[in-house]
Amino acid sequence: MRLSLLSRLGLRGVTVIGLVFLYVPLVVVVILAFNKADSTLWPPTGWTLDWWRQAWHTSAPKNAFVQSVEIASAATAIALVLGTLAAFAMSRFSFFGKSAISYLLVLPIALPGIVTAVALKNTFLRRIDLGFVSFKVGFGVHSIIIAHSTFCIVVTYNNVVARLRRSSPNLLEASADLGAHGLRTFWSVTFPLVRSALVAGGILAFALSFDEIVVTSFTAGPGDQTLPQWILNSFGRSKGVPVTNVMATVVMALSIPLAWLAQRLSDSTESIAGRR
Amino acid sequence: MDVVTVGGGGAPARVSRFFRRHRKASLFATLGGPVAWMLLVYIGSLVVLVAAAFFKIDSNSKVTTDFTTANVKAAFTTGSFVDAIVRSVLIALAVTAVCFAIALPMAFYIAKVAKPRWRRSLIVAVLLPLWAGYLVKGYAWKSIFTPDAGKFAAHKGGGFLEATLGWTPGFGKLAIVITLAYLWLPYMVLPIYAGLERLPPSYLDAAGDLGARPFRTFRSVIMPILVPSIAAGSIFTFSLSLGDYITPRIISGGKEQMIGNLIDQLQQQNQALSAALTLWPIAIIIVYLLGMSRLHAFESV
Repeated sequence: MRLSLLSRLGLRGVTVIGLVFLYVPLVVVVILAFNKADSTLWPPTGWTLDWWRQAWHTSAPKNAFVQSVEIASAATAIALVLGTLAAFAMSRFSFFGKSAISYLLVLPIALPGIVTAVALKNTFLRRIDLGFVSFKVGFGVHSIIIAHSTFCIVVTYNNVVARLRRSSPNLLEASADLGAHGLRTFWSVTFPLVRSALVAGGILAFALSFDEIVVTSFTAGPGDQTLPQWILNSFGRSKGVPVTNVMATVVMALSIPLAWLAQRLSDSTESIAGRR
Repeated sequence: MDVVTVGGGGAPARVSRFFRRHRKASLFATLGGPVAWMLLVYIGSLVVLVAAAFFKIDSNSKVTTDFTTANVKAAFTTGSFVDAIVRSVLIALAVTAVCFAIALPMAFYIAKVAKPRWRRSLIVAVLLPLWAGYLVKGYAWKSIFTPDAGKFAAHKGGGFLEATLGWTPGFGKLAIVITLAYLWLPYMVLPIYAGLERLPPSYLDAAGDLGARPFRTFRSVIMPILVPSIAAGSIFTFSLSLGDYITPRIISGGKEQMIGNLIDQLQQQNQALSAALTLWPIAIIIVYLLGMSRLHAFESV
């Protein structure tokens, strides 16, 4: 399609404005982390590293960071196992109710977070009687992990199922024809095929859990504090907001290499990035 | 290698032979765990939620068989609840419209106008802000929107917008729409971009050869092909905005109430009514998903 110079420039202008829109808040956060004044007013009054020193010497944000990493790791591990198993079953077998199960896996991210949060909270606080066993989940690190795993499964499932759909079933037949039994085929053929999809899905699931606040605040126990919970509390205070900007800057800096790796490894961006 | 492994082989070979012969067993072994988890944890919880809306709960917080529609009736007829849901739907639609208006030209420029070697970097640049924290971005916008408190206030000057443009939307509905549109914009750019990537360039050439000007090509060739992608993107922007209660809380400090804020606040005071209120977003999202699946939204992602 031949576009006039004017419409090309117009499209480029909107794209530049869109990118500026996307990055201005992030740049503002980083700049305010070095702002001398304990305020979010613009422009900054001067420059200081005091907030970085303060963040380094305060234990609450560091503890919250560690707790978030622990929860995200556990939820990612569970999501990787369950999502991968589901992806293999859904791509290998056809059976009654298959489409219902694919909706079931997507439901936790299609429904608003508050619905999932209230539903899980209502269940975790009750004694559940299944007839042969009766138990109460309660609230703590374990309930956050259970809740996060539930909406992380869809992420790992999506990544692995996309990879399996693209890989040819002939590879498995060839492996069997060469005399390899099922487990041998899995280790030598199937696993190397899905390995990068597992890493990409794992990173995305980790990021989703690490940043989650709605479901977390409904399923956390009174003594728990994830990093988003700490951020929500400390932004609400009137003093020391720049320390929160410091933590935000640190997390952004840490997540850029992870984001880059996930983009490289996942199927969706391979096709999206024009490598056809 | 020994090809005849029918009767021989070690334990691994025997295990894999068992699963090859018993397809039901291997289906159960792979799908049993994930489906059991989703049914027990998620569907189970949703059932408890709906039950909590319809059945009276006794003093031991056990759901009784005492059926009541009082909570649901209150949730669907009380004026303030209906106002909040109308406001939430309008905000979610406005966010979707804003995202669409920015995402369409951006995705078109990146996919069809920008030099091919720039495409990957540009699309990564659009996706990267998704990795910065949700709360951090919310509070960043609040600081950006801060209006000038006036000469006599303790704090002089305003936020980034007031200082650079001399204008700010303040902390009202417009500010909420801008913040939500900012948060979910990449989810709209991505599917439209993917849809344009799949569009064969020969279609555009053919339209041009038949005498269509760019605008005509856009309306008659590109837009019809993009409908499923736009529908898919709108599922994210609409659904994520509809249930959001943190952003209105951060931006407006609790003045602008969306449906999520009411559900959140009622959790402490009246759990049954709060549960009944969640039926609103559940119903709206199901209707929206059904509508979008008619536009083939689920086949494009």
